[in-house]
Amino acid sequence: MKMRGAEILLDCLKKEGVDTIFGYPGGSVLPIYDALFNSDIRHILTRHEQGAVHAADAYARVTGKVGVCLATSGPGATNLVTGIATAYMDSVPMVCLTGQVSTALIGRDAFQEADITGITLPITKHNYMVESTEELAQVIKEAFYIARTNRPGPVVVDLPKDIMEKVIEYQPIRDEINIRGYRVMRGFNSGQVLAAAELINQAQRPVIYAGGGVISSNASAELLQLAETRKIPVTTTLMGLGGFPSTHYLSLGMLGMHGTRYANYAIGESDVLVAIGVRFDDRVTGKIDTFAPNARIIHIDIDAAEIGKNVNVHVPIVGDVKEILQALNQKLKPQPEYGEWHQTIDRWKDEFPMRYGFSMEGRIMPQHVIEKIYELTGGEAIITTEVGQHQMWTAQFCKFKHPRTFVTSGGLGTMGFGFPAAIGAKIARPDRPVVDIAGDGSIQMNIQELGTAVQYKLPLVICILNNQFLGMVRQWQSLFYEGRYSFTDISHQPDFVKVAEAYGAIGIRVTEMKDVEPALKRALESTDCPVVIDFWVEREADVFPMVPPGGSLSNMLGGD
Amino acid sequence: MKHTLSVTVENRPGVLTRVATLFRRRGYNIESLTVGATENPSISRMTIVVEGDDRIIEQVSKQLYKLVDVIKIVDMTEERFVERELVLIKVKADNNVRAEIVQIVDIFRARIVDIGRNTLIIEATGDSRKIDAIEDSLKPFGIIELVRTGKVAMVRGGKP
Repeated sequence: MKMRGAEILLDCLKKEGVDTIFGYPGGSVLPIYDALFNSDIRHILTRHEQGAVHAADAYARVTGKVGVCLATSGPGATNLVTGIATAYMDSVPMVCLTGQVSTALIGRDAFQEADITGITLPITKHNYMVESTEELAQVIKEAFYIARTNRPGPVVVDLPKDIMEKVIEYQPIRDEINIRGYRVMRGFNSGQVLAAAELINQAQRPVIYAGGGVISSNASAELLQLAETRKIPVTTTLMGLGGFPSTHYLSLGMLGMHGTRYANYAIGESDVLVAIGVRFDDRVTGKIDTFAPNARIIHIDIDAAEIGKNVNVHVPIVGDVKEILQALNQKLKPQPEYGEWHQTIDRWKDEFPMRYGFSMEGRIMPQHVIEKIYELTGGEAIITTEVGQHQMWTAQFCKFKHPRTFVTSGGLGTMGFGFPAAIGAKIARPDRPVVDIAGDGSIQMNIQELGTAVQYKLPLVICILNNQFLGMVRQWQSLFYEGRYSFTDISHQPDFVKVAEAYGAIGIRVTEMKDVEPALKRALESTDCPVVIDFWVEREADVFPMVPPGGSLSNMLGGD
Repeated sequence: MKHTLSVTVENRPGVLTRVATLFRRRGYNIESLTVGATENPSISRMTIVVEGDDRIIEQVSKQLYKLVDVIKIVDMTEERFVERELVLIKVKADNNVRAEIVQIVDIFRARIVDIGRNTLIIEATGDSRKIDAIEDSLKPFGIIELVRTGKVAMVRGGKP
């Protein structure tokens, strides 16, 4: 069949199961937009390319499918960069399609030309510039294959305009993908699984340290079985929240810099640490040579390069987390009770529960808002966050019952992520309430997406915990820079209620504790319109407890 | 310790950049890198000499494997292998010292490939130690210019 490059592209996307893409048009992608005009692929028009890439990222995190975004060449493509790096750090499967100037102009500094494959080299799992219409179908198939297999990640495909215009005889690709430098991980070393089972069966003070790998491998059920069979307490990373129900009696909450004291203490005392789908990030381990000093470490991960990258492990198992846990669970003897170990942990939980103070001026405490959001949604909402204090308070005070219900930029820490992410999440799961918990700093980084949310009638709830500070930086200035609040006071800010209304959204301001719940209730009842709630909260509330940077997990500030 | 890695890669534009970017970003130190064609036109071979302990070399190799364009990596340090490097040295050589230089060239089984009024260009091949040695021997005469190719290597015996 004779087809234009752009039509072939859309046909390939459909064959990969793509039904929704997020994008923003421009000169170089005109042929693609022309083909989209009467395509049954749903295109969501954002107000900035960064909005599109974060929305596609969240779409992928919430569904487990590959997220797709589309931007034009030059500035369109460079506006994706932060979003691509965000997805790369959090191992999110994405295909980012970028327009490119026509092949005859490449390298001549043409209008809106940028070397996007060069720019994204270190922040993509792989990238391509398509060199002919004939190879287009093969490249698209490979891009999706690479994005979603093994450790997932973003793949950029750069599409020169003339290649999208050219008409060729099109044959859909039917062969299996075969890339000689890229093999999909199958199986695992069963001897290592036996060694791990033996360690776990003999452990007196075991702890499971679970991360985002549990969620991307869809292994929550297997993790639950592992924990319950051996009655092992489970702590998760920020990325792992939702991978194990925070309401479970074995849950220790999050570990690390702003983790619970009992999680961090448990790590310190553990004799066997089962690390699953994690990468021993510095925000988790603190001072690396004091991390889990008494433990034999079992490390399960799909990425061989993560083994031994930051810590030496005793039993590494490389492969798919779900498959490995299934095999491991069969080798475990049921554990009736640990007695002493659980008593120790319960004692820590009693002594150091997660709590927060009150405001001297009677202001709303930000943690209270988060607790109310959880209460009113019962753990059934999808929560997205921006980055900063509100993000850590969400991790600490919101509970997550299901995987893929917490969407946050963990690795890169991208402010401005949460709101477009909420849009992507709502498009993916219109059946669930979606709440973006934001700070007054972060929300201003992509606030233009209110236009998108209103246009598509998305009943999102955007909760701004407004302390008129870049709160996390202010907290560090207060703790480590003698309270010199250098450029973190952002009290010069817009009226968020009016901004919401200007876009056609609903805006609510809440300044009194008693109004928190009614406002949230009202917002959650909206069915076709985004609601922005501007909570005026205590200005100088801190995130505690806290492991000072470079400190050891056993030495926490606050929360005692 | 120095390791010599033989890395087979897709013969595609941008592959060298991918490998170089990886080394830069992860902070691994490349001592030398050569790249050239192989018996298969779709495959190139890189010979990378990198300094580091076993842990670093393991990370280098695992990270390289994650590049889609990297097909195979052999750490030749663990094997018996032949290594060769080529050097061109332009050395000051007036009539008084010319004979002496020719003698050195003979000892190293090197060749004179250009004769100027007061200079010679010498070409030598060998393993890195031999190249270091000829460089040292010629230094006293005054080296004007010198260029080394970096190492290429191949495992001995039947193993590819």
